[in-house]
Amino acid sequence: MNAPAPVTRITAGKALRLRGVSWLVRLRALVLTLAGAAALLSLMALSTTIGDIPLTVGDVAAATFGDTPNSFVVRELRLPRALTGALVGAALALSGAITQAIARNPLASTDVLGVTQGASVAVVALIVLTGAAYGGVSGGLSLLGVPAVALAGGLLGAAAVYALAWRRGLEGHRLVLVGIGVAAVFSNVKYWLLTVGDVNDSGRAMVWISGSLHARGWEHVLPVGLALAVLVPAALFGSRSLAALRFGDDTVTGLGVRTNHARSVLIFIAVLLAAVATASAGPIAFVALAAPQIALRVAGTPQPPLVVSALTGAVLTVAADLVARTLFSPVELPVGVVTAVIGAPYLVYLLIRIRRERRA
Amino acid sequence: MRLQAVDVTLGYGDRTVVDGLDLGIETGTVTTIIGPNGCGKSTLLRALGRLLKPTGGRVLLDGKRIDRLAGRDVAKILGILPQTPTAPEGLTVADLVARGRHPHQSWYRQWSSDDEGVVAEALQLTGLLDLAERPLDELSGGQRQRAWISMALAQGTDLLLLDEPTTFLDLAHQVEVLDLVRRLHGRGGSTIVMVLHDLNLAARYADRLVAMRDGRIVTAGTPREVLTEEMLLAVFGLEAKVVPCPVSGAPLVVPIGRAS
Repeated sequence: MNAPAPVTRITAGKALRLRGVSWLVRLRALVLTLAGAAALLSLMALSTTIGDIPLTVGDVAAATFGDTPNSFVVRELRLPRALTGALVGAALALSGAITQAIARNPLASTDVLGVTQGASVAVVALIVLTGAAYGGVSGGLSLLGVPAVALAGGLLGAAAVYALAWRRGLEGHRLVLVGIGVAAVFSNVKYWLLTVGDVNDSGRAMVWISGSLHARGWEHVLPVGLALAVLVPAALFGSRSLAALRFGDDTVTGLGVRTNHARSVLIFIAVLLAAVATASAGPIAFVALAAPQIALRVAGTPQPPLVVSALTGAVLTVAADLVARTLFSPVELPVGVVTAVIGAPYLVYLLIRIRRERRA
Repeated sequence: MRLQAVDVTLGYGDRTVVDGLDLGIETGTVTTIIGPNGCGKSTLLRALGRLLKPTGGRVLLDGKRIDRLAGRDVAKILGILPQTPTAPEGLTVADLVARGRHPHQSWYRQWSSDDEGVVAEALQLTGLLDLAERPLDELSGGQRQRAWISMALAQGTDLLLLDEPTTFLDLAHQVEVLDLVRRLHGRGGSTIVMVLHDLNLAARYADRLVAMRDGRIVTAGTPREVLTEEMLLAVFGLEAKVVPCPVSGAPLVVPIGRAS
């Protein structure tokens, strides 16, 4: 008999054990989480110092915690914007990480869940059909109306994909194909609405469907913050099943996992995350696709690590918004344009890489 | 009797594969199901392992209806190795085998010293301790199959169902895998049910054979009782001679040709 193999040979982590409780700690993920959090905080600090009124980090801190002449700019304009960006980015990335794991496909993202396209159709319809640009929907209503309609549209779109993809069970491959099909239909409806709509309405709708963090306030921070407070623990709780679902269905069922149930619950979490994020900032492109894949490569794990993905998404979005705000200042780009410009080449890179891996 | 099928009807969608079948698996035996392609033997094994819900009748595990037990509880008693199982790319042998502990784990019990011990033992038993850190894709077919069996072992069940564990393996590796199965059986007296294609290996490695055709059990018993020239003709439509195996004394099938 050889001596029992040490822990490190069997898993990538280290077990912490105390009275029947055992936790698996992966050192690399832990370090990355701390580094990601530090990067996010620095970026947000940087973001709140830059603008029409340049401030120092000290000014920002003073304005946040005390009453200074800059308090309004910091507390009501820059801070909520940076926070919305971070939270929305985290939610999108987490949603993407779950979707990619379920679909067993690195190219799957929340777009295949029907959320973003469903929300886009609903919001474009609202803006174009009510003539919102001319005040058809008045200030208060449009403020509340657009996120609510986006949320409803996103959930409806996801319900359509889910219903069409269900055939005595939920299978990742079919989900992706159905999702792409439904997205194409929604996207055509969206373009049709944009063409028949009034030019000004369509223009406003275009800004929304690009994904923008412009003029985001605490009313945008709160819903995403609350959703993340509930859904992040739920996702982490489900991460054990998520890891098991990488195997074939028979193997997973044999291990006692209720495959369809687990998959449905996890997809539901991903849908809610994407829907809430989209309601707050519009469908910001590529974050849900790229962040989990970046996190996966940095962490060296076989599937996107959830917490590191969320942090990567937050960092990406806040950084992209910083670029969107400053690059052509005083003209501001929608953040979704920047993420798309970064994301498109990344998608091409990913496609080439996957082809190479397949050939190897 | 640990595992029992009572009047089970099995099928996929509208297609019925097995209709009103009864089978009892005796405790502590190695039972092998044989039969021509498409006779429903894998379907039956899947139903016994709770991978397929019967459309009629019931499967009993220790006297209780298996479909009414929680999946996790079943997974602690019964392990099943599906036909050509798939693992994610780049997975190491150790990670695969560790996955077998899933039913014993929870969010607050992620990797106990029990888990560690059982996984190390499973790797040892299958002779994979030295390959533990290798990616699964780099192993030979026989090693890979041993790794999957090792995962089923790590599940810590004394009831093991193996669906064609020797598919795609050359003869030497088939023997290697079946020797391992026999060794595991000899070690703890666990109950093992297999589906095998090779009749001679089935005869040599099983205590009991179950011969199926068209979703029915034609005959069941010891290899000597089941593997006869009449059975081969009736079940496989094969004319053959059955002679005693010069090595083990088990019945040995020498085919003559397809019955016309």
